[in-house]
Amino acid sequence: MARRILEHSLGAICGAALALNLLLVLGLLFLIAANALPAFWQEKVTLVTLNDGRKLLGEIRAREVIPPRQGEAESSGARIKMKTGNRDVTGEDFVWIDEAQIASRVTPPDAVVLERLEYGFFYGTMAELRNGSEVVARGSEDVARAFGPVHDRILRQVAETRDVERHGAGAPADPAVSSGLAALHDRLAGEVLVMTTADGASRAVPVEKIVRAVRPNVLSSAGTLGLYLTRAREFLLDDPRESNTEGGIFPAIFGTVLMVFLMTFAAAPLGVLAALFLREYSEQGVLVRLVRTAVNNLAGVPSIVFGIFGLGFFVYAVGGSIDAWFFADRLPSPTFGTGGLLWASLTLALLTVPVVIVATEEGLAAVPRVVREGSLALGATHFETMTRVVLPAAMPGILTGMILAMARAAGEVAPLMIVGMVKLAPALPIDGVFPFVHLERKFMHLGFHIFDLGFQSPNVESTKPLVYATALLLITVVTVMNLLAISLRNRLRRKYATGAF
Amino acid sequence: MRPGGSEPRSTEETRPERVAPAEEAEARPVIESAVLRVKDLSLWYGASRALHAVSLDVAPRKITAFIGPSGCGKSTLLRCFNRLNDLIGDVRVEGSIFLEGLDIHATDVDVNMLRKRVGMVFQKSNPFPKSIYENVAYGCRIHGMSRRPDLDPIVERSLRAAALWDEVKDRLHESALGLSGGQQQRLCIARAIAVEPEVILLDEPCSALDPLSTARIEELMQDLKSDYSIVIVTHNMQQASRVSDYTAFLYMGRLVEYGETERVFINPVKKQTEDYITGRFG
Repeated sequence: MARRILEHSLGAICGAALALNLLLVLGLLFLIAANALPAFWQEKVTLVTLNDGRKLLGEIRAREVIPPRQGEAESSGARIKMKTGNRDVTGEDFVWIDEAQIASRVTPPDAVVLERLEYGFFYGTMAELRNGSEVVARGSEDVARAFGPVHDRILRQVAETRDVERHGAGAPADPAVSSGLAALHDRLAGEVLVMTTADGASRAVPVEKIVRAVRPNVLSSAGTLGLYLTRAREFLLDDPRESNTEGGIFPAIFGTVLMVFLMTFAAAPLGVLAALFLREYSEQGVLVRLVRTAVNNLAGVPSIVFGIFGLGFFVYAVGGSIDAWFFADRLPSPTFGTGGLLWASLTLALLTVPVVIVATEEGLAAVPRVVREGSLALGATHFETMTRVVLPAAMPGILTGMILAMARAAGEVAPLMIVGMVKLAPALPIDGVFPFVHLERKFMHLGFHIFDLGFQSPNVESTKPLVYATALLLITVVTVMNLLAISLRNRLRRKYATGAF
Repeated sequence: MRPGGSEPRSTEETRPERVAPAEEAEARPVIESAVLRVKDLSLWYGASRALHAVSLDVAPRKITAFIGPSGCGKSTLLRCFNRLNDLIGDVRVEGSIFLEGLDIHATDVDVNMLRKRVGMVFQKSNPFPKSIYENVAYGCRIHGMSRRPDLDPIVERSLRAAALWDEVKDRLHESALGLSGGQQQRLCIARAIAVEPEVILLDEPCSALDPLSTARIEELMQDLKSDYSIVIVTHNMQQASRVSDYTAFLYMGRLVEYGETERVFINPVKKQTEDYITGRFG
């Protein structure tokens, strides 16, 4: 009887453990997604008038009950968090307001949200559009009508001047071109949009610094959705601005993916060859068992230790030597003798190579001896047997190892902080400048970006949703890379069917 | 010609007996122009001796069966013919084996070329994780043939010779692992004959197959006999008596009796042979 009860309850306990695991994973994903997805959503803009007559314009982002003070039994009401923007005017993006102090809330139709290249969002109403001293339009409606075409023209001009400057970079500047550019810059700086804040102050914003202006309170649902998608796209594809608190995270995505691929290219051959030696060429004795144990233990070494090794070996020893031999003319400023994408990838390759070795060894061990003998009995050499039969048969196992290695590498941050990962990289590691691939460059990484946004940012309130969005993106990137590897593995498995193995 | 049909003789002794040289000579068949000539072959796995001075000749274009209880050394002897025992560390061989006059243990022998001349089919079917076509073409590719126009006829001929062509001709490029056990074993035979060996070694090729598949393989062996010398190791005495022309009975690493199959099964010279084929032990 007791055995029967045990038998039944054991199944239930196992099921419960699995359910708990799933719940935790789903809960984590839900938490991240729920915080990440609203990050780019444009709320209606509310004009809040306080009891003392002060006015605030912004988006209401949160509401909470004020926790009762010590000694008090009851809460003294609720408060709301407003994103008021205008960091250059007020010095802060967010304010908390006690609901008790609020006299009225309205959503004025002419309220405008400006997304700016500098100082973040601006909330206010349009007052004037000026070109130098000339007033192009005045009054909220007229300015709104005139602003669109002017904004488009200026963005176009800015893009053109940037192209001219970029192509001219490095070449001796033509005085006529450079003076022309300077004049254009001055003229562009003169085209400003004058905005009025909620409490009546006015502020001139150069049109070239405006990403877009929207009136969220009169925007249709489709328009709001379109705005959301545009912002999400910018987040994926743009460079970061304002010490990473705004703009996109494309360099971080690019850096992460490129680093993982480089890591794979380094770790795969190293791990597979080492496993081949351990399993196929060496005599299975005490020494090999010791090496195998050491490899397994290597997988458990804290990643920062690998980082320190990477710094000491790759950066200082190898990189320093490369600099001394090939880039002596640039010294003392280092080329390879400092952290960079290549060294970070190799450090991660060392970190993940035990995973590849273990998986490859298992894959090789799973190839039956009789299959190898079949090949040898046909007159194939050991090498031919290895490359034509054993390795292809072990390939699914090897790919499993690669998948695990990639997942580990993509999530690793600590060792990278000392071998080349930076908060803001000036340029991508691959660009149009010869030799096109710059593996010595520093790079950005999604994992570090999360840390930077969440804990190093000057503006934590505004970056909080971005932390979640970046985390969601990192999970997505890892998932996509894994799915690619898994689909490759499944294709191999289908090709060789199943059955005999 | 069944083992049960032979006259059971009364026996006093059941212990294995050392074979006297004179008796041995008497039991031996006369084989002209042997394809394989084994002379005083002894083999040790480490310290344990697996073969004791075995000498026998394998007749060309005939089927020679090795029978005997498990561990008697028949598979070990078979694997000496293509030097597959070389793969196992700590193996020592004494004596010699000649393949059409070539001493296969000579230092200048290319073991890969030897294995091309002496094909092998294993107990457990072992198709490579490749397509049916690539399985058959494998040996040819190894030996330097890579053009499809050259390979296509070889693949077709080999599969036809292995009586598999009609079953797989529409799915040559599908995985070989999708075939049934019997088909896989015939594929392994096709793979072995694709490189045109002189000898085919079959190491208990039917032990994992159902009776129908076994019958097909046995039939196939009769067809292949006209082109190849076949040596088969089998546990199954009925199979040996059905298919083989010559039978060698091994016991505890020694060749006890070797002769024309009919003679060995109907009129064994040695008591051990008789006891084994009548099912007294083994």
